[in-house]
Amino acid sequence: MSEYGLLIDYKYCTGCLSCDFACNQEHGFPLGQSGIKVAQFGPWEIDTDKYEYLFVPALTELCTLCSQRVEKGKQPACVQHCQSLVMTYGRIEDLAKQMVGKPKHVLYSR
Amino acid sequence: MTDFDETEFEDDWDDELPWICEEKPWRWEEDGLTVTRGSSFTGPGCHDGCGVLMYTDKDGKLVKVEGDPLNTYNQGRLCIRCLALKDVVNHPDRLHYPLKRAGERGENKWERISWDEAIATIAEKFNAIKAEFGAEAVVFAQGTGRDIAPYLQRLAFSFGSPNYVCYGLAGNACMIPRLSVQMMSLTAITMPDYSQMLPDRYEDEDYAIPECVIIWGRNPLASNADGNFGHWCIDAMKRGSKLVVVDPRLTWLAAQADIWLQVRPGTDAALALGMLNIIIQEDLFDRDFVELWTYGFEQLAERAAEYPVEKVAEITWIPAEKILAAARMYAKAKPALIEWGVAVDMTKESVPITHAINCLVNITGNLDVPGGNVITELACNVSGYYGWGNELISREQFEKRIGMDKYPMLRYGIPLASPDEMCDAILTDKPYPIKAMWVQANNPIACMAADPKKTYDSMKKLDFVVVVDLFHTPTTIAFADIVLPAAAFPERNGVRAVFYYAQCINQAVQIGETKGDAEICRLLGKALNPEAWEPYESEMDVWDDLGAGSGLTFEEMRNYGQMIHPNIYRKYEEGRLRAYDDAPGFNTPTGRAEMYSTVMEGYGLDPLPYYEEPPESPYSTPELMEEYPLILTTGARQVAFFHSEHRQIPSLRATYPYPQIEINPEVAKEYGIEQGDWVWIENSFGRCQQKANITNVVPKWLVHADHGWWFPEEEAAEPHLFGVFKSNVNQLVPYNCGRSGFGNSYKTMICKIYKVKEGEV
Repeated sequence: MSEYGLLIDYKYCTGCLSCDFACNQEHGFPLGQSGIKVAQFGPWEIDTDKYEYLFVPALTELCTLCSQRVEKGKQPACVQHCQSLVMTYGRIEDLAKQMVGKPKHVLYSR
Repeated sequence: MTDFDETEFEDDWDDELPWICEEKPWRWEEDGLTVTRGSSFTGPGCHDGCGVLMYTDKDGKLVKVEGDPLNTYNQGRLCIRCLALKDVVNHPDRLHYPLKRAGERGENKWERISWDEAIATIAEKFNAIKAEFGAEAVVFAQGTGRDIAPYLQRLAFSFGSPNYVCYGLAGNACMIPRLSVQMMSLTAITMPDYSQMLPDRYEDEDYAIPECVIIWGRNPLASNADGNFGHWCIDAMKRGSKLVVVDPRLTWLAAQADIWLQVRPGTDAALALGMLNIIIQEDLFDRDFVELWTYGFEQLAERAAEYPVEKVAEITWIPAEKILAAARMYAKAKPALIEWGVAVDMTKESVPITHAINCLVNITGNLDVPGGNVITELACNVSGYYGWGNELISREQFEKRIGMDKYPMLRYGIPLASPDEMCDAILTDKPYPIKAMWVQANNPIACMAADPKKTYDSMKKLDFVVVVDLFHTPTTIAFADIVLPAAAFPERNGVRAVFYYAQCINQAVQIGETKGDAEICRLLGKALNPEAWEPYESEMDVWDDLGAGSGLTFEEMRNYGQMIHPNIYRKYEEGRLRAYDDAPGFNTPTGRAEMYSTVMEGYGLDPLPYYEEPPESPYSTPELMEEYPLILTTGARQVAFFHSEHRQIPSLRATYPYPQIEINPEVAKEYGIEQGDWVWIENSFGRCQQKANITNVVPKWLVHADHGWWFPEEEAAEPHLFGVFKSNVNQLVPYNCGRSGFGNSYKTMICKIYKVKEGEV
């Protein structure tokens, strides 16, 4: 298992699919396949004037954490192209510390 | 980085450029691939022009497009339309060669011809029509384009035709009303300030994060409209901006908003006037700014007083307490910005909406302040980008522009003819015959044309039609006598110079014999008027001349990548809006930001903002509501598509395979409609079919239908035309512009819906 992972602030994930497409292009996966896919929840009303409308990316078995890009000093393709800039690549240990006290974050290991 | 010093804003900058830039390579090798730095400006259509890195292999094939991390505009980010760009460039259906029609119009039979033959044939036809009917009988039409307007206008004007038009766009109802009102009342164009003018962006010491962002009639996350990277609003939210969203639909942004104003479509002017009234009554306005820099406050206050919040709540269907809360939040926030979208243009009386929203920016003192609505200047003095070739047309010919006699506001902003009047002129030969059309980056019957069947009839009546595009479309098949293959941006050179920065568009690949839009205009221009185009012996001459104001040639500019135009806030204090006398203030007749528009008054229009009910609505046409009980709004953007483009790109299409009508679950139940059913959408003007998407995004009183749909996988030849009339919701939208000539009811119709029967699909 890699000691590196991805921390995602999904509060600001807008479901734009740039991560999915950037990954698919980077690795030349078949149409529709990617190392990261985005799930949608909602919209529905939770309470008066309060809505659930959520997108959450998830890593698939295809994700390599873009090790070849990272070796060249680049960000993983999904991290760079995320239009909300909500993804952070790093050591899981460091990312876990960053996550403390922050709502709506998810940390992925591979 | 080159430090900016205002005194350097002179013609002489031998030693140091006044632009914020640094030398960067525009081409290099990386792991066996060639990388070309460029700008994604255009086609496919896009309003942004993000910095991109294009990767080509040893065979010269485009294999990857990435965002350029060094570009301050997108900061390495990209949307899926660029991430799938290689599939556009390399698509087997791309037009690679000029074609001439080999059968009847609509038969989809073509013969390949050379560029020389194509240009010679077009020139001969256009010149023959000019000799018999005058140059005005040839119309030069574009879509929303981007990186086409300067060349097309110059081509039209050098030929002697004043008829440069966004053909089909009823009431010019997209951005043009906003530009026109701003040019009249401010003599300047504003943009929401997300720090895009500053090299260090949000960290720049000159910048202030807006305490409140109002997103009005726009879904920037999908549209990326008007030189505004859509996700900048997310950057601001992360830094603490409160969010107000004005939208009838529960978009993702509306769901996150601190205040969501679920407005009834087309009532935005009432909402803005109501907010103005609250801000004035509660003394929340910026008295100093109003007294020093604006004109007409008293009259505006009087007009706004006609819109007490209870009345506005009744008109807009927004609860009064939310209107109050939003007005107070916006007025108390310092600074605050408003970003507005095409929805404010797409109602019949659109001009007063724009006018009222501008007044909100003015009275709160958010005009051209950090984090407010900032006034843009010519990017790096690339002046040719605006009004190129204005001097080439005679006053006599210019005055023949269709619609200008009826709608004098067309004199302000972009010199476009009225599409509404043009359609009638073609059909009636009045005020004079129109015989030919040059259509570049426009697919009107599939996309922006109101009443697409009337538009179809008008284009069928023409003697000669040329269409320039990336792919065959319903428009090429139905009308074209000659089709010319346009280059996508990786296939051509150019200069992008919009609002904040200039950057070279660098060619990375060659596909067939495609040529860039500007080069195509240059070739025809030289054939039609060699004298006017004499300075442009090659495409490079165009870029050198267009970019000359920057002090650099194209080859020199290339080495700088992005060149940012240094920004100074509060330009009205510095005399920067009045080049002719450098006096403080605005270039309006009163020298002030006109909330009471003396120019509109001079044109016989109401000088103040006002509200008028849409022509079809529960209040205007209550009798029709019995048959057509739902409000119909259209044209919300999807991330996968730019208007009618991208439907043939498998990865993009897979995210959104069919045109959809959004229906509230309770309404769907009432009508017996299930998810994925094909549904007829119908009103007194026409009908179309789309697939039901049953969702809480729309309330019970509203349905939303997609725009721009055709089916490239289906039969091209007439009568099918890629199924262009199957799902085109504009069949329910007539040509019916506002009294200024601007605006149309694209977003404010009414309809009924019912399930499509078997055999009708």
